Amino acid sequence: MKSKTSENDAFVTFDRVQKSYDGLSLVVKDLNLSMPRGEFLTMLGPSGSGKTTCLMMLAGFETATHGDIMLDGTSINNIPPHKRGIGMVFQNYALFPHMTVAENLAFPLEVRKIGKSEREAKVKRALEMVQMGDFGGRRPAQLSGGQQQRVALARALVFEAELVLMDEPLGALDKQLREHMQFEIKRIAENLGITVVYVTHDQTEALTMSDRVAVFNDGRIQQLAPPAELYESPQNSFVAQFIGENNTLDGLVKEISNGMALVQLDDGKMINCNPVNVTKAGERTRVSIRPERVEFSKDRMEPGAHTLTAEVLEFIYMGDMFRTRLRVAGNDNFIVKTRNAPNQVQLEPGAHVEIGWLPSDCRALDA
Amino acid sequence: MSYTNEDGAMLTADGQPLKRSLATALRRQKIRALLLISPLLIFVLITFLFPIGSMLFRSVENHIVAEILPDTVVALATWDGKSGELPDESIYAAFAGDIQRAAITKSHTRVGLRLNYEKSGSASLFKKTARQAKKWDLETDAPFKEKLIAAHKGWGEVEIWQTLKTHSSRYTAGYFLNAVDMRKTQDGPEFQPENRQILIKLFQRTLIMSLLITLACITLGYPVAWLLANLPRRQSNLLMILVLLPFWTSLLVRTSAWKVMLQQQGVINDILVALGMVEETGRLIMINNQFGTIVAMTHILLPFMILPMYSVMQTIQPTYLQAAKSLGATNWTAFWRVYFPQSVPGIGAGSILVFILSIGYYITPEIVGGNKGVFISNRIAYHIFQSMNWGLAAALGTILLAIVLILYWAYDKVVGIDNVKLGG
Repeated sequence: MKSKTSENDAFVTFDRVQKSYDGLSLVVKDLNLSMPRGEFLTMLGPSGSGKTTCLMMLAGFETATHGDIMLDGTSINNIPPHKRGIGMVFQNYALFPHMTVAENLAFPLEVRKIGKSEREAKVKRALEMVQMGDFGGRRPAQLSGGQQQRVALARALVFEAELVLMDEPLGALDKQLREHMQFEIKRIAENLGITVVYVTHDQTEALTMSDRVAVFNDGRIQQLAPPAELYESPQNSFVAQFIGENNTLDGLVKEISNGMALVQLDDGKMINCNPVNVTKAGERTRVSIRPERVEFSKDRMEPGAHTLTAEVLEFIYMGDMFRTRLRVAGNDNFIVKTRNAPNQVQLEPGAHVEIGWLPSDCRALDA
Repeated sequence: MSYTNEDGAMLTADGQPLKRSLATALRRQKIRALLLISPLLIFVLITFLFPIGSMLFRSVENHIVAEILPDTVVALATWDGKSGELPDESIYAAFAGDIQRAAITKSHTRVGLRLNYEKSGSASLFKKTARQAKKWDLETDAPFKEKLIAAHKGWGEVEIWQTLKTHSSRYTAGYFLNAVDMRKTQDGPEFQPENRQILIKLFQRTLIMSLLITLACITLGYPVAWLLANLPRRQSNLLMILVLLPFWTSLLVRTSAWKVMLQQQGVINDILVALGMVEETGRLIMINNQFGTIVAMTHILLPFMILPMYSVMQTIQPTYLQAAKSLGATNWTAFWRVYFPQSVPGIGAGSILVFILSIGYYITPEIVGGNKGVFISNRIAYHIFQSMNWGLAAALGTILLAIVLILYWAYDKVVGIDNVKLGG
């Protein structure tokens, strides 16, 4: 993992960057981020969270209202986009429709005044890298979405940019192709050792591809962490809700001791939680538990842990998984996911069960 | 069960040929569609195709001589015009009969007018002769050779007979020859005398000036179209209204406004004199010449250039320019290599529109063109309204139509008509 980095070897740095379009409100609020060379970083967030604006500022199509953006130690605030040498893959690919695939790839080399023979060799190599070697003579319109995607990737890489930005590059592809391309992009990025900033609103994509994920909301990075940490230990309710499926229960912190919080839920029941975002007794909190960490067979629960009574509302068969909807502490949308294993219990609607979990999986976050 | 017959043609589930089944299924739709468009179809036929067809026909039609002087035309067939000798008595007699009948029905003036296009003086020749011919007795007053020559000495000259013979066929290429400054003689086509050669020059002028107007429209319209496509919506809407404003003003008003602007005592000259850039005595002549026509027509036709350009530019996504810049292109390279080629279909559509409109333009050159700035269309109007030579007017119109079609075809060959977009 390349997540931990010191200030000196940062390749891309956002230093207290703010962006406002209208002078009244900030789209990006106090952004601080630094990336080492070779990292694959994903900016993940709902639309309007400021992630694309950050990417555009890095590419040079938007100027930062305040703060510095540094590339390899030098501020690039006043460098026009065409001198930044940053490769970019656009959401709609932006392949030039009046040029062939090979001409598209040769374009960045031509404007850099690279000789014809070298140009052709590089174009060929880049096309082969994305397995599009035979398509050089075609027009973009004659290619499928996935093929266009590959060409766009090749074009962003052909002039050997060290930093490549991708703005939801897989958004237009169907599910299967998208999964395949995720793997492909990841592989190519690793082989070339390039630094990638990847913008998406698809959390699965973010989790599977990235070294680190920056979760954006409301113009701020809510959490910047490797995928596993992001999923396992969300730092606030937004991240917990946004990444993966999540059950929430609202309550009041009663006591915090020995790294354990006692929370009284709104219907009066008590549970043990891991205090993440709460500091003292008396605070409101939202408790978050992943559906796959909920247990309902007694022998798998930690002895002495608090349990809750739940009523089974619905049982959904999903093939590899069972999804059971429960009513827990007044919440009708409490989901439990269980693996379709040979001796797995299938809960019947109407049944009452005791559910529980490891206190460390139950995170007390901000209300 | 097999769904093909022995020829391999597809069959429906109950064994009917699939093609016939499809045709039956679609017939009702087709009939309904045809009924829906039939009002337009009939309208187009009556107001567009029929007049054009009749114009094309009129440019070759030449029935007047053969219809009004039938016997003469038959008799002249045996006469050798190149011999330089006058026709014999039988032809004169046939003509005397024809002209008398024509005089009674008063149709002699039509022949006179028709032959007057070819040989000036023919109209009065026929008028005078017909007046005399009415009094003749065809049985007893022979020989008519002397009588006709006595009635008008023109009948004693070979030329009038040659003209009659040359233009006696029912269909003629004569109008087209006239339209390119040539004329039909008994020795075949030859050029008009120098002082009557005007039409080729006019065609050339029309084409060159239309080209200049088109180029001016491209130069002025491109930036405006670009702004329209790229400004924020509120501003581009305002600009669009300004572009469309001329459409809501009468053509005549706009043209007359240019007259006010450009004339020697006009606004522009006054300003230039007031600024001291032009001497009071040296006021610029900007109207009643080619300059005036080009300025006024560029203004009037500009929206026809801007609108197709705009609709094409609107479809060019800004990410193309961003992509070009991220790939290392300067603003100019990005524009020239990426944006401009994609906007060419709009330029093509606008150019075709403006060029075709301008080579047929009439009102503006008529008002601001003076002598040097008029177009071929003004000459056509002259032949329609004043010289009444509709055949020549039709031939000129046909040539104009042919030029447009040829240019359109050439454009298709060079640029490809698929590359012309009016939108989308």
